Amino acid sequence: MVAVSEVDPAALVVRNVEKSFPAPETPLSRRQVLDNISFSLAPGELVSLIGPSGCGKSTLLRLIAGLDSTDEGDLLVGPEPITAPNAERGLVFQDPNLFPWLTVRRNIESGLVARGLLHEKKNEVDEFMRLVGLETFANVYPHHLSGGMAQRAALARALINHPKVLLLDEPLGALDAFTRMRMQDEVLRLWQARRTTMLLVTHDIDEAIYMSDRIMIMTPRPGRIERTIEVTLNRPRQRDSADFLRLRSDILNFLHFAGTK
Amino acid sequence: MEAQEDLVPTVVIEPPSVLRWRTMLAVPLAAAFALSLHIFIARNEPPLEAHSYRLLFVQVVGVSIVLALLRRFSPRLRKWMANMWPIFTAAIVTLAVWDVITVGLRILPLPYFPGPSAVLRSLINDRFLLLDSTWHSLALLVSGYTLGVIAGLISGVCIGWSPSIRYWGMPILKVVGPIPATAWIPLALVLSPSAVVSSAVLIALAVWFPVTMLTASGISNTRASYLDVARTLGAGPGYLIFRVAIPAAAPNIFIGLFMGLGASFLTLVVAESVGVKSGLGWYVSWAQGWAEYGKVFAALIIMAAFFSTIMTLLFKIRDRLLVWQKGVIKW
Ligand SMILES: Nc1ncnc2c1ncn2[C@@H]1O[C@H](COP(=O)(O)OP(=O)(O)OP(=O)(O)O)[C@@H](O)[C@H]1O
Ligand SMILES: [Mg+2]
Repeated sequence: MVAVSEVDPAALVVRNVEKSFPAPETPLSRRQVLDNISFSLAPGELVSLIGPSGCGKSTLLRLIAGLDSTDEGDLLVGPEPITAPNAERGLVFQDPNLFPWLTVRRNIESGLVARGLLHEKKNEVDEFMRLVGLETFANVYPHHLSGGMAQRAALARALINHPKVLLLDEPLGALDAFTRMRMQDEVLRLWQARRTTMLLVTHDIDEAIYMSDRIMIMTPRPGRIERTIEVTLNRPRQRDSADFLRLRSDILNFLHFAGTK
Repeated sequence: MEAQEDLVPTVVIEPPSVLRWRTMLAVPLAAAFALSLHIFIARNEPPLEAHSYRLLFVQVVGVSIVLALLRRFSPRLRKWMANMWPIFTAAIVTLAVWDVITVGLRILPLPYFPGPSAVLRSLINDRFLLLDSTWHSLALLVSGYTLGVIAGLISGVCIGWSPSIRYWGMPILKVVGPIPATAWIPLALVLSPSAVVSSAVLIALAVWFPVTMLTASGISNTRASYLDVARTLGAGPGYLIFRVAIPAAAPNIFIGLFMGLGASFLTLVVAESVGVKSGLGWYVSWAQGWAEYGKVFAALIIMAAFFSTIMTLLFKIRDRLLVWQKGVIKW
């Protein structure tokens, strides 16, 4: 895992990444948040990252997005090191963060406007609004939307840039169980339609098993990837199949074990 | 559909416009009452003096009767009447009370407090000069306010966005800003050959401070997550400033624009009464110099209408630009 070769066709390579923040309690010392994180994502892969609160999942995603910089280690998209945010790496937060001053349509367009491509790709906007089922809400302001609709709009807004890698930071965390399951299918549908590489942070073990090709389990203080599990179940997956449940109890056991070590 | 239900709460169902007889009759009755009261009070005055005041009430009675007859053809008219008639009634009663206090009982000393009929006469006799003064005030106000808003927005955005500009700009803002613009009048009149130009600059200065302050705080308090989202969507600095930070700061900016407007009215009136030889402020002090208090009151009435019209206009602009906040703002 550590020795990723230069000819690796990975969509994203994370190599020996370290990150610390100033410790809030003692002013001059720093607290290690990420410790020697290494993994890579193959193109079109959907990988989940699970772990207890505060173990550094969001920090890792912000590093990959280019919103923060690493202390040590390399982040590569293809051969290019990540230095700044870029439309190639989309990020969807737990809170949809739609711009409240723009209508749904203008929110979804905003990536194109920001890159000066709106004129060329105008017709794609309609396509994406249909993709997330919001075409009748084109001219509505975000505060009229339900949580699920807002999150769908946020997904469309990130997808319209055709990112090579889509980073999802608990995008469904704020939704109720039913909306959540429906949205999981929706994200899978988008993933299968567009074959975007996705890195999904979640607290929900079922969600991770249901959706991903691979699950990385992080442990806190400092954040490390303790274990990676391949999920080989056939799609579409049955949430109550024996294999599903066995995998689930495996992970639960591991987390319990990891928690009491 | 789930989707449709989400929109239901935003559909405002207006109550049916009920226009009661009581409300509808209040205006003509109040006007008739004020008219007869006036005729009784002013029985010793020369009739010509109060001619237009009487005519006004006759017209009010006439128009309100015509509207009462027309009301069944237009629901909008009914709604407007139901809404406005109580206010109009109160206004007419206020005129009558004013009439009684001044002309009737002479509680307030004449000539400082003329009755409504005298004020109306001044208003009509001096209408051309008043119109001209209003026009000059408007020109001065608009040029000063526009200048101040542009300067305030530019400096506010710079201070709010760039930490190094904030470092140098904030102390200047904190020291210079709180000085009332009117305190600069003596200096400004010496510095500039034209009183009009220096007054416009003073108005701009008065507007500049609150607009800068509120814009800067709005910009620097832009939610970091909006900026992060925009960055991951490929936004450059231009997009971040003009399409994220400024819209996010717009509610704050409007508070600054309103505060600036209030400050600009004050500065306008003071500047006109000491330096500029035109405008409503000048008219008031000129009329006062001749002890023509009817004219003073007439100018005050025009001023009230003038300022509140401009204020209303700014509210309208705000409501248009901040539609996305609908239901959120309460002022
Ligand atoms: N900008 C920052 N400055 C200081 N400390 C930070 C900063 N960002 C994150 N941290 C710290 O880093 C640790 C990891 O935070 P992070 O948000 O990455 O956790 P997480 O795994 O996403 O948790 P959750 O599941 O609750 O979202 C936390 O202890 C947090 O306090
Ligand atoms: Mg997090």
